[in-house]
Amino acid sequence: IMSIFGEVPQAAPVAVFKLTADFREDQNPRKVNLGVGAYRTDECQPWVLPVVRKVEKMIADDHSLNHEYLPILGLPEFRSSSSKIALGEDSPAIKDNRVGAVQCLGGTGALKIGAEFLRRWYNGTDNTKTPVYVSAPTWENHNAVFSNAGFEDIRPYKYWDAGKRGLDLEGFLGDLESAPDHSIFVLHACAHNPTGTDPTQDQWKQIADVMMRKSLFAFFDSAYQGFASGNLDKDAWAVRYFVSQGFELFCAQSFSKNFGLYNERVGNLTVVAKDQDNLNRVLSQMEKIVRITWSNPPSQGARLVAITLNTPELFAEWKDNVKTMADRVLLMRAQLKEKLKALGTPGTWEHITEQIGMFSFTGLNPKQVEYLVKEKHIYLMASGRINMCGLTTKNIDYVAESIHEAVTTVQ
Amino acid sequence: AAYLHSILNFFFIFLSSWWTEVQMGPPDPILGVTEAFKRDTNPKKMNLGVGAYRDDQGKPFVLSCVRKAEAQIAAKKLDKEYLPIGGLAEFSKACSQLALGPDNEVLKSGRSITIQTISGTGSLRVGANFVSRFHNASRDVYLPKPSWGNHTPIFRDAGMQLKAYSYYDPKTCGFDFKGALHDISKIPEKSVIVLHACAHNPTGVDPRPEQWKEMAALIKKRNLLVFFDMAYQGFASGDIDRDAWAVRDFIEQGHNILLSQSFAKNMGLYGERVGGFTVVCKDVEEAKRVESQLKILIRPIYSNPPMNGARIASTILNTPELYKEWLVEVKDMADRIITMREMFVSNLKKEGSTHNWQHVTEQIGMFCFTGLKPEQVERLIKEFSIYMTKDGRISVAGVTSANVGYLAHAIHAVTK
Repeated sequence: IMSIFGEVPQAAPVAVFKLTADFREDQNPRKVNLGVGAYRTDECQPWVLPVVRKVEKMIADDHSLNHEYLPILGLPEFRSSSSKIALGEDSPAIKDNRVGAVQCLGGTGALKIGAEFLRRWYNGTDNTKTPVYVSAPTWENHNAVFSNAGFEDIRPYKYWDAGKRGLDLEGFLGDLESAPDHSIFVLHACAHNPTGTDPTQDQWKQIADVMMRKSLFAFFDSAYQGFASGNLDKDAWAVRYFVSQGFELFCAQSFSKNFGLYNERVGNLTVVAKDQDNLNRVLSQMEKIVRITWSNPPSQGARLVAITLNTPELFAEWKDNVKTMADRVLLMRAQLKEKLKALGTPGTWEHITEQIGMFSFTGLNPKQVEYLVKEKHIYLMASGRINMCGLTTKNIDYVAESIHEAVTTVQ
Repeated sequence: AAYLHSILNFFFIFLSSWWTEVQMGPPDPILGVTEAFKRDTNPKKMNLGVGAYRDDQGKPFVLSCVRKAEAQIAAKKLDKEYLPIGGLAEFSKACSQLALGPDNEVLKSGRSITIQTISGTGSLRVGANFVSRFHNASRDVYLPKPSWGNHTPIFRDAGMQLKAYSYYDPKTCGFDFKGALHDISKIPEKSVIVLHACAHNPTGVDPRPEQWKEMAALIKKRNLLVFFDMAYQGFASGDIDRDAWAVRDFIEQGHNILLSQSFAKNMGLYGERVGGFTVVCKDVEEAKRVESQLKILIRPIYSNPPMNGARIASTILNTPELYKEWLVEVKDMADRIITMREMFVSNLKKEGSTHNWQHVTEQIGMFCFTGLKPEQVERLIKEFSIYMTKDGRISVAGVTSANVGYLAHAIHAVTK
């Protein structure tokens, strides 16, 4: 019989997950996974934050809790405390009652709800032609989130300067200037994925200036707050600056990395509007979008984060756990750079410690990457992106030597 | 001029908002009921809008097998690494076995794919997106009249056109079998037809097995793509095999179905968002292609699903003692509902009602289409503080042995 699905083509697997699958199958004892973005300890193990284990037990022992549906927009205490994390305890916007939020399925879910809302209600109604700008390069899923929401015109904005291995500010500002007014710009709040290169405060000011002048919409993607520098406030500087300049904006927050809650899908879409009335109308429409996507969000992760953020001792313990992770990454960065310099590996390696967050854009070319994967069993993305968390004191020498080999023998 | 433009622009931006033209979204009709209920100070008030099970004290119920599973899971001190896009494999496998039966030829041959989804809504959404993208033969989705309110906007937002087939007969408060067959016989080939596997929402009216068989044959003849929504397996009759009978029979009759499952009600895992989506395919190779495309659909929505609920459900389904205990607990929930239906009718008779209330005990599952008219519903709300949706649907789960007498009294008062 003919099948209705006879014409369904086999889709290519998502690259980053394929990398991990290949890594798993590899039998080589020296193999190293520098692919997918999840934190690892120095023993190369996943790390469930001690504060998370503590709060999990609290939740399990509390038999007054049940599994009833959350409201469509999510757990209220989670939403408000998460927005406070992004915007600051003393945020004037919060005091003005013009900040709201939607609990979502991870950072991806927050981007999704934001994108669906913008397509329906921003720059006219159902205006699928509004350009959406994503950085070149950017997280590979950004494109799909916006195009699946219906946007027809998704463009890159200059960001990474491969030659100088840093931010192409001039190119970035140029693309902002030449963008049609009201275009949407997806900005990485901190710890840019995949390059690890963030604008300085001064550079952010310049970016904000152009965006304000040209009425460009700021959609922040904040997946690494706290994880980048080890300091929550420092990592939120850009978002807070934009708010202080009067922008209405969205901030898609993820608690996957900074809480280590990857598989519980804990995210928050923070909405900053001009006033409470506008905010309420926006949230009411987001509610409709949520209802036809997942109805209401999962309860476990949100409870956990809400309890942690709202309990002073637990909040302090969490910040400490976050700093532990950030510090280990900083240490690996410092050590990798030292070893490459000691080996005399050609090129400059300053970018390894200048870049920030989980990822580093090494500057290795596809051939060199292939060499590392095939010959050295070191798994990294074709773009040359490595996850610093995959490095440990035990494998860092092997990785440094292998990079040295790749750079010196493969052109 | 450009300078002036940017000055004006600055002031305009300063004063206006992006969102001035955003309309206030209409309140959700069901949530509206709960809001009004909360505000009511009448000690006798009843909330019959909520679609969540309540025990005989009117309290939310956490199943004992769920608590046990949670304890087992906690002891394992598992990590929180991302699940694959398609979810927890042990869950998906057990989920499909529950629906199809472990000895089903489809599962043995491997010619189906089941993925973990964000409960029933998430499953329907992924299914709707899949059909919209790959079922190019038709844009039409036929829903029973009436259907769950959220079906329409889900399919519409996915790009499909909504149509309907007769289902509920308001004259009998029962199944309009003739009307359904008549309408189905006219549905254009290759259209999608949505069927509620059991415990139809909102009416509680299910076809009998012989009627299902006739529908299966007719739908085969019309060459329609069948999409089952099964949100109440076990919860309807108390028997998981009996509740899945239609799904299994359709497959046996040669339908390669799409199936959405929810564990919100039958495991009481509402807020954990546990569900599954299944596509029965021609062969293993096709199932692989379909699976790869489902992942492509899911990744830009939420990347991968939440672990907690799926882990609980999987533990229950895959641990023999817990599974046995679950079957007993789900039967208990179903039995309490059935008992409330019976008490409701006998109380109405005691009140002196002469109406035919047979449909209350013939209907099945959480919901009952009382047959009440909007004006009568209005009176129930205003005069008796009994809250339900305007269509006369009540959630029998909100009825208890303590309040069933009051409910019967009130309904008799507005219908005599």
